[in-house]
Amino acid sequence: MSTEHVKGPSTFVMVRALAGVATLSGLLIVLVYQLTFPIIKINKAEFLKASIFKVLDGTKDFQKFVNKDGKLEKIPNEQETPDAYFACYDDSGKLIGFAIQAAGMGFADVIKVLYGYSIEKEAIVGHLVLETKETPGLGDKIEKDPQFLKNFDELDVKVTDDKKSLVNLIQTVKKGEKTEKWQIDTITGATITSKAIGRILHESTKEKIPVIQQNLQNLMPPRAN
Amino acid sequence: MSAKTFDSFIKPLWKENPVFVQLLGMCPVLAVSNSVYNSLAMGLATLFVLMMSAALVSLLRKVIPKQVRIAAYILIIATFVTMAEYLIQAISLEVYKNLGAFIALIVVNCMILGTAEAFSSKNTLGKALIQAFGVGVGFIFAIFCMGAVREILGNGTFAEIPVFSENYEPWVIMILPGGGFFALGLLLLVFNSIQQKLKKKEN
Repeated sequence: MSTEHVKGPSTFVMVRALAGVATLSGLLIVLVYQLTFPIIKINKAEFLKASIFKVLDGTKDFQKFVNKDGKLEKIPNEQETPDAYFACYDDSGKLIGFAIQAAGMGFADVIKVLYGYSIEKEAIVGHLVLETKETPGLGDKIEKDPQFLKNFDELDVKVTDDKKSLVNLIQTVKKGEKTEKWQIDTITGATITSKAIGRILHESTKEKIPVIQQNLQNLMPPRAN
Repeated sequence: MSAKTFDSFIKPLWKENPVFVQLLGMCPVLAVSNSVYNSLAMGLATLFVLMMSAALVSLLRKVIPKQVRIAAYILIIATFVTMAEYLIQAISLEVYKNLGAFIALIVVNCMILGTAEAFSSKNTLGKALIQAFGVGVGFIFAIFCMGAVREILGNGTFAEIPVFSENYEPWVIMILPGGGFFALGLLLLVFNSIQQKLKKKEN
């Protein structure tokens, strides 16, 4: 019995084909990235800007600040920084509160949120999710569930008399067990994500609210345009 | 357009629907179909990847040896998924946020690899594009049906417009993963009974 050997393509041909496809893929991805990057950057900035106005009622204008050794220093709104404090002003130029970015690990990936701090109420009065890869329909309840959103009607973050820490740190409790103004009720079916929000706010407010209160005297006069 | 080419477009819409008949692409169908908007966005993103990868696979069919074809097809599909991810972010951050991690998972949608392997790699550019368009539209039809059923029952709305009175108590389970399986089972039942009735009529 004779066996006929069928010759396949050479190693070179196979490697050349894969290298060619990989090069083409690389070129296409880089091209689309370069084309879309400026648009995505503008979209993200616009989205953040719109979120600042939403997260604190009455905001008509805002100014970016950064924490430099405990002192809040004004920086241009266009300047990128991951750890910014957005001072929010009403239509008369009065400082009414701050919008603050915070991030932490959720169920699937890092969740980035923006929360609004009201100076008058000394409380968090709103939160919006800026970036999330949580399961659609479950994890995204942190933005849609009316019961969960009620937590942010007035989430207490009062500071101690020496303004060095919070009187009560934010706590996450099981759904229906909230008894104090500094507690967050979790969501059934999205426990991990809602707990993550509680943890993100706990960490962020613990550090940032005292800084705001310590700097408030210098920031309170109406902003000179 | 020849009858055969037209057939390759029509068949995936109904008779060989990728979801209701071939049960392909179940991951996004079950995971992202909890609202009409999410379903349509995922459907359109998948259609884009399907058509672009079908076009490139068809164009390169003579230069890709069959021994390395699967690796090459996956690379091509992953390229267009990455491009879709950037394009969606450029078009709407809101949609990008809603689809979460599932855009990246289009890479492992076996419907796309199946189309590339079974049709695009053996046909000319025009035919491959027409067939991929048929598969994509068939997929959009199926995921849209899922999204509509789940949103109406699970949220009491259709495309965020209320369809019931305020007294309606939403079946939250339909939005949850279990609801995806219920809705799919229900739609498969309806789809197959219609198919059987049509077959009986033909006979």
